[in-house]
Amino acid sequence: MPTLRIPTPLRPYAAGANEIEVHGSSVAQALDELTAAFPALQPHLFTEDGELRAFVNLFLNDEDIRHLQGVDTLINADDRLMIIPSIAGGLA
Amino acid sequence: MALQITAALLDEIHAHGESAYPEEGAGLLLGRAHGAHRQVQATIILSNAREDAARRNRYLITPQDMLAAEQHAARLGLDVIGVFHSHPDHPNQPSDFDRDWALPWFSYLITSVAQGRAAGSRSWRLSDDRQVFTEEPLDTSHP
Repeated sequence: MPTLRIPTPLRPYAAGANEIEVHGSSVAQALDELTAAFPALQPHLFTEDGELRAFVNLFLNDEDIRHLQGVDTLINADDRLMIIPSIAGGLA
Repeated sequence: MALQITAALLDEIHAHGESAYPEEGAGLLLGRAHGAHRQVQATIILSNAREDAARRNRYLITPQDMLAAEQHAARLGLDVIGVFHSHPDHPNQPSDFDRDWALPWFSYLITSVAQGRAAGSRSWRLSDDRQVFTEEPLDTSHP
Protein backbone atom coordinates (compact mmCIF):
# COMPACT_ATOMS: atom_id res chain seq x y z
CA MET A 1 0.00 0.00 0.00
CA PRO A 2 1.40 3.47 -0.81
CA THR A 3 2.59 5.56 2.11
CA LEU A 4 2.30 9.29 2.65
CA ARG A 5 4.89 11.02 4.81
CA ILE A 6 3.82 13.96 6.95
CA PRO A 7 6.47 16.61 7.82
CA THR A 8 7.27 17.45 11.44
CA PRO A 9 5.33 20.74 11.76
CA LEU A 10 2.12 19.14 10.46
CA ARG A 11 2.23 16.05 12.67
CA PRO A 12 0.50 17.71 15.63
CA TYR A 13 -2.51 18.13 13.29
CA ALA A 14 -2.38 14.45 12.33
CA ALA A 15 -2.48 12.87 15.79
CA GLY A 16 1.32 12.76 15.77
CA ALA A 17 1.54 10.43 12.76
CA ASN A 18 4.67 10.75 10.66
CA GLU A 19 3.42 8.47 7.93
CA ILE A 20 0.10 6.95 6.93
CA GLU A 21 -0.89 4.28 4.46
CA VAL A 22 -3.25 5.44 1.73
CA HIS A 23 -5.62 3.52 -0.49
CA GLY A 24 -6.14 5.96 -3.33
CA SER A 25 -4.63 5.51 -6.75
CA SER A 26 -3.63 9.14 -7.33
CA VAL A 27 -1.91 11.91 -5.41
CA ALA A 28 -5.19 13.84 -5.22
CA GLN A 29 -6.99 10.84 -3.73
CA ALA A 30 -4.19 10.32 -1.21
CA LEU A 31 -4.49 13.96 -0.11
CA ASP A 32 -8.26 13.61 0.16
CA GLU A 33 -7.78 10.61 2.42
CA LEU A 34 -5.29 12.51 4.54
CA THR A 35 -7.51 15.52 5.10
CA ALA A 36 -10.59 13.32 5.65
CA ALA A 37 -8.71 11.49 8.39
CA PHE A 38 -7.21 14.68 9.83
CA PRO A 39 -9.41 17.70 8.96
CA ALA A 40 -7.17 20.04 10.98
CA LEU A 41 -4.56 19.65 8.23
CA GLN A 42 -6.83 21.11 5.56
CA PRO A 43 -6.14 24.84 6.15
CA HIS A 44 -2.40 24.27 6.29
CA LEU A 45 -2.26 22.28 3.04
CA PHE A 46 -4.87 24.10 0.97
CA THR A 47 -5.93 27.70 0.42
CA GLU A 48 -9.56 28.78 0.84
CA ASP A 49 -9.86 28.22 -2.92
CA GLY A 50 -8.81 24.61 -2.61
CA GLU A 51 -5.39 25.10 -4.16
CA LEU A 52 -2.32 23.55 -2.60
CA ARG A 53 -0.48 26.21 -0.59
CA ALA A 54 2.66 27.52 -2.22
CA PHE A 55 4.96 26.01 0.39
CA VAL A 56 3.52 22.50 0.00
CA ASN A 57 5.66 20.30 -2.20
CA LEU A 58 4.80 16.70 -2.95
CA PHE A 59 7.47 14.25 -3.92
CA LEU A 60 6.62 10.82 -5.30
CA ASN A 61 9.62 8.77 -4.29
CA ASP A 62 12.33 11.30 -5.30
CA GLU A 63 10.45 13.26 -7.92
CA ASP A 64 8.51 16.49 -7.54
CA ILE A 65 4.95 15.80 -8.77
CA ARG A 66 5.07 19.15 -10.63
CA HIS A 67 7.41 17.34 -13.01
CA LEU A 68 4.96 14.46 -13.32
CA GLN A 69 1.22 14.97 -13.69
CA GLY A 70 0.70 17.08 -10.60
CA VAL A 71 -2.03 15.86 -8.26
CA ASP A 72 -3.31 13.63 -11.07
CA THR A 73 -0.11 11.57 -10.86
CA LEU A 74 -0.94 7.91 -10.30
CA ILE A 75 0.56 6.07 -7.34
CA ASN A 76 1.34 2.40 -6.93
CA ALA A 77 1.39 0.06 -3.98
CA ASP A 78 5.11 0.40 -3.29
CA ASP A 79 5.30 4.17 -3.81
CA ARG A 80 6.23 6.64 -1.14
CA LEU A 81 4.61 10.04 -1.31
CA MET A 82 6.18 12.79 0.80
CA ILE A 83 4.93 16.22 1.78
CA ILE A 84 8.01 18.42 2.04
CA PRO A 85 7.61 22.09 2.84
CA SER A 86 9.70 24.78 1.30
CA ILE A 87 10.37 27.54 3.77
CA ALA A 88 10.06 31.16 2.77
CA GLY A 89 9.43 34.54 4.25
CA GLY A 90 10.92 37.93 4.62
CA LEU A 91 10.00 41.57 4.47
CA ALA A 92 6.88 42.54 2.59
CA MET B 1 5.38 28.42 25.85
CA ALA B 2 9.03 29.34 25.42
CA LEU B 3 11.93 28.76 23.10
CA GLN B 4 15.04 27.79 25.01
CA ILE B 5 18.27 28.58 23.20
CA THR B 6 21.78 29.05 24.47
CA ALA B 7 23.42 32.44 24.21
CA ALA B 8 26.13 30.80 22.08
CA LEU B 9 23.65 29.51 19.48
CA LEU B 10 21.84 32.84 19.46
CA ASP B 11 25.20 34.56 18.87
CA GLU B 12 25.79 32.26 15.87
CA ILE B 13 22.40 33.21 14.44
CA HIS B 14 23.14 36.90 14.96
CA ALA B 15 26.55 36.51 13.30
CA HIS B 16 24.90 34.86 10.30
CA GLY B 17 22.39 37.70 10.01
CA GLU B 18 25.25 40.18 10.08
CA SER B 19 27.29 38.30 7.48
CA ALA B 20 24.28 38.06 5.15
CA TYR B 21 23.51 41.79 5.48
CA PRO B 22 22.15 43.61 3.49
CA GLU B 23 20.52 40.42 2.27
CA GLU B 24 18.37 38.15 4.40
CA GLY B 25 20.05 35.18 6.04
CA ALA B 26 18.15 32.08 7.07
CA GLY B 27 18.46 28.61 8.50
CA LEU B 28 16.76 25.96 10.57
CA LEU B 29 16.47 25.33 14.28
CA LEU B 30 17.02 21.73 15.39
CA GLY B 31 16.04 20.49 18.79
CA ARG B 32 13.37 18.86 20.87
CA ALA B 33 9.84 19.86 21.74
CA HIS B 34 8.32 19.06 25.10
CA GLY B 35 4.73 20.19 24.96
CA ALA B 36 4.73 23.94 24.49
CA HIS B 37 8.40 24.24 25.41
CA ARG B 38 11.16 23.85 22.85
CA GLN B 39 14.87 23.54 23.27
CA VAL B 40 17.16 24.46 20.37
CA GLN B 41 20.20 22.20 20.31
CA ALA B 42 21.72 22.89 16.91
CA THR B 43 21.25 25.10 13.89
CA ILE B 44 21.70 24.60 10.18
CA ILE B 45 22.62 27.65 8.16
CA LEU B 46 21.26 27.38 4.63
CA SER B 47 21.93 29.38 1.54
CA ASN B 48 19.20 31.76 0.47
CA ALA B 49 17.78 30.28 -2.72
CA ARG B 50 16.04 33.47 -3.78
CA GLU B 51 17.21 35.03 -6.99
CA ASP B 52 19.80 37.74 -6.41
CA ALA B 53 17.48 40.73 -6.68
CA ALA B 54 15.07 39.38 -4.07
CA ARG B 55 17.51 38.41 -1.34
CA ARG B 56 17.28 41.80 0.37
CA ASN B 57 13.69 41.18 1.37
CA ARG B 58 13.01 37.48 0.90
CA TYR B 59 14.46 34.13 1.78
CA LEU B 60 13.72 30.68 0.45
CA ILE B 61 14.78 27.27 1.72
CA THR B 62 14.15 24.67 -0.97
CA PRO B 63 12.33 21.39 -0.32
CA GLN B 64 15.56 19.55 -1.18
CA ASP B 65 17.42 21.43 1.56
CA MET B 66 14.49 20.88 3.90
CA LEU B 67 14.47 17.13 3.31
CA ALA B 68 18.24 16.91 3.82
CA ALA B 69 17.91 18.93 7.03
CA GLU B 70 15.17 16.66 8.36
CA GLN B 71 17.34 13.62 7.65
CA HIS B 72 20.33 15.29 9.33
CA ALA B 73 18.19 16.14 12.36
CA ALA B 74 16.95 12.55 12.58
CA ARG B 75 20.53 11.26 12.62
CA LEU B 76 21.16 13.55 15.61
CA GLY B 77 18.02 12.32 17.33
CA LEU B 78 16.46 15.76 16.89
CA ASP B 79 13.64 17.36 14.92
CA VAL B 80 13.49 20.49 12.83
CA ILE B 81 11.54 22.69 15.25
CA GLY B 82 11.73 26.04 13.54
CA VAL B 83 13.26 28.55 11.21
CA PHE B 84 15.44 31.59 11.75
CA HIS B 85 15.84 34.51 9.38
CA SER B 86 16.96 38.12 9.47
CA HIS B 87 15.15 41.34 8.65
CA PRO B 88 17.79 43.81 7.40
CA ASP B 89 17.03 47.31 8.71
CA HIS B 90 13.54 46.28 9.80
CA PRO B 91 11.96 45.19 13.09
CA ASN B 92 12.08 41.57 14.21
CA GLN B 93 8.35 41.12 13.72
CA PRO B 94 6.73 38.84 11.12
CA SER B 95 5.55 40.45 7.91
CA ASP B 96 2.33 39.56 6.08
CA PHE B 97 4.52 37.63 3.65
CA ASP B 98 6.00 35.69 6.58
CA ARG B 99 2.48 34.76 7.68
CA ASP B 100 1.32 33.68 4.23
CA TRP B 101 4.23 31.28 3.98
CA ALA B 102 4.40 30.14 7.57
CA LEU B 103 3.93 26.60 8.72
CA PRO B 104 2.06 25.96 11.93
CA TRP B 105 3.85 24.65 15.00
CA PHE B 106 7.29 25.87 13.89
CA SER B 107 9.11 28.53 15.87
CA TYR B 108 10.02 31.50 13.68
CA LEU B 109 13.03 33.31 15.13
CA ILE B 110 13.50 36.72 13.49
CA THR B 111 16.62 38.83 13.97
CA SER B 112 16.62 42.52 13.22
CA VAL B 113 19.92 43.56 11.64
CA ALA B 114 20.33 47.34 11.72
CA GLN B 115 23.11 48.83 9.63
CA GLY B 116 24.86 45.50 9.60
CA ARG B 117 24.66 44.84 13.35
CA ALA B 118 22.28 42.34 14.95
CA ALA B 119 19.86 44.32 17.08
CA GLY B 120 17.96 41.50 18.78
CA SER B 121 15.79 38.48 18.07
CA ARG B 122 12.22 37.53 18.86
CA SER B 123 10.44 34.24 18.24
CA TRP B 124 6.93 33.74 16.93
CA ARG B 125 4.44 30.96 16.27
CA LEU B 126 1.56 30.93 13.82
CA SER B 127 -1.92 30.43 15.25
CA ASP B 128 -3.84 27.32 14.23
CA ASP B 129 -6.26 29.43 12.18
CA ARG B 130 -3.26 31.01 10.37
CA GLN B 131 -4.45 34.51 11.24
CA VAL B 132 -1.84 35.77 13.70
CA PHE B 133 1.62 35.17 15.00
CA THR B 134 2.00 34.92 18.76
CA GLU B 135 5.31 35.77 20.35
CA GLU B 136 6.97 33.02 22.35
CA PRO B 137 9.52 34.18 24.93
CA LEU B 138 13.17 33.41 24.32
CA ASP B 139 14.88 31.72 27.24
CA THR B 140 18.65 32.11 27.07
CA SER B 141 19.25 31.47 30.75
CA HIS B 142 20.51 27.91 30.30
CA PRO B 143 24.10 27.22 29.29
